[in-house]
Order: sequence, then C-alpha cells, then structure tokens
Amino acid sequence: MRRRDLEQVQSPKLIVTPEPHDVLFRVLADPTRRALFEQLCRKGEQTVGALTARAGVSQPAVSKHLGVLKQAGLVRDRQNGRQTHYSAQLGALAPLIDWTSQMASFWQNRFDQLEDLLKRMDQ
Amino acid sequence: MTDTAAETLSVVVEREVAYPPEKIWRALTQPHLIEEWLMKNDFKPVVDHRFNLRGDWGTVDCQVRTIELNKMLSYTWDALGLKSIVTWTLTPTSAGTNLRMEQSGFRQDQQQAYQGAGYGWQRFFATLEQVLARID
Repeated sequence: MRRRDLEQVQSPKLIVTPEPHDVLFRVLADPTRRALFEQLCRKGEQTVGALTARAGVSQPAVSKHLGVLKQAGLVRDRQNGRQTHYSAQLGALAPLIDWTSQMASFWQNRFDQLEDLLKRMDQ
Repeated sequence: MTDTAAETLSVVVEREVAYPPEKIWRALTQPHLIEEWLMKNDFKPVVDHRFNLRGDWGTVDCQVRTIELNKMLSYTWDALGLKSIVTWTLTPTSAGTNLRMEQSGFRQDQQQAYQGAGYGWQRFFATLEQVLARID
C-alpha cells in the first residue's frame, strides 16, 4: 500500500518536469503553424480571415492550426461580433528563450577561455 | 518556470582553477587580459566606474559595484534589455582557487520584457529553425 502511494506521488512529477520545450517544439515544428505564429508576433492581433489571406491554406486549416497554438498557450483568441481575433502570447515562449540557459553556456565558454589565458600568463 | 514575479533568477558557474587568486584577479581586472577571455573593454577597478564590453553582436553596459582585492568583484551587466549583476568570488583552496561567477538580479516579470523588446523575433526564429533542424 505504502509503495503504491509513493509511485503515485512520483509519477506525475516524472511526467511534468522534463520539458515544456517538447510541446512548444512539436507545435512550432509545423511550418504553416510557425508562419501563423510569426505573423501574429510581427503584426499583432489579427482575424482568422486576415491570417488566411496570407497563409496559403484554407480557412478551416488555419483555424485548426490556431486551435493547436491556443492549446499550447502560444496564442489567445477574442470574439468580436462574428470575428475571432488572435494574438500571440509571448510569455509562452519563456522555456525556449530562457536567458539563464543561454548565459550559462556563454559563461562556461568564457571560463574555458579564462583558463587558457591563465595557462599562458606568467606568474 | 513556476517562479513568482518577485523571484530573482540567476546563473552560477563555479570552477576549481589551478592558480592562486592573485593571478586570476589580474585576468578579471586588467583590460588587456579581460579582452583575451571575455570582450574588448574599458574596465577600471574603481567603484562606480562605467565601462562597456564590446562583442561582435553588440555592447554590454556595465558599472563597477564592489571591489575586494583578490576576493570579490561585482559589476552590473545590461545588454539586450537584460539587466543583471555579475559577481565574481575567489576563494583560495589547497589546489588553487574556487572561482565562482553568479549573474543575477533578474526577475520573471522583467524576463518577459526582455523577450519581447530586446530579443528580436528574426533572431528567435532563426535560432528555432536551427534547433529544429538538429532535432530531426
């Protein structure tokens, strides 16, 4: 009984902790979807109609892609009369553009160079 | 990613280096040496001194905050909308020096601004393309 409890406590953690990256990568791996998202990032809020005009695919296809983006938290929709307006949610990209991981590799690299320099310096 | 808005983010890199603190201190504080491992600069070991680090990709605006000879050095680090503080700590060990770098002072809510303003979507998407290409 006790062992089962432990497993139940641990397993969700194992599923959740790995990567919010995975979802975002999967969602943005599709070129059409990525183009839609990029369009919203660059131009701000737009209607499904306006997005379809540029997307080169049918409106149902655009709506489907927007649904996937919405599920991943990358876009938000807003109903205004008969029109649905979509906007990009930049915060959802946080796991991808996490500055700390970028700076960590930057500093690791600089530490290497610093050690090289120390080797070359006289006492 | 569940940090609250008030929480500070930081990067810590720490290494055991086989040289005494005095020698590492020179590499951290003499402009011609800093240039060799970090970037071109006009650093001076004077509290409140403002200086730049200049890389191929742009400039980092810095200001010296704290100096403790051979022990601790701290300066602000502002670049691409990222406002942070870099602190170097040198601790002597039997084999040389424990060298620790911490970059901090950056909260989650500011990070959002950093992503939106400074980063540039073109660069982001270019990077994303590269990452995706590597995954497949």
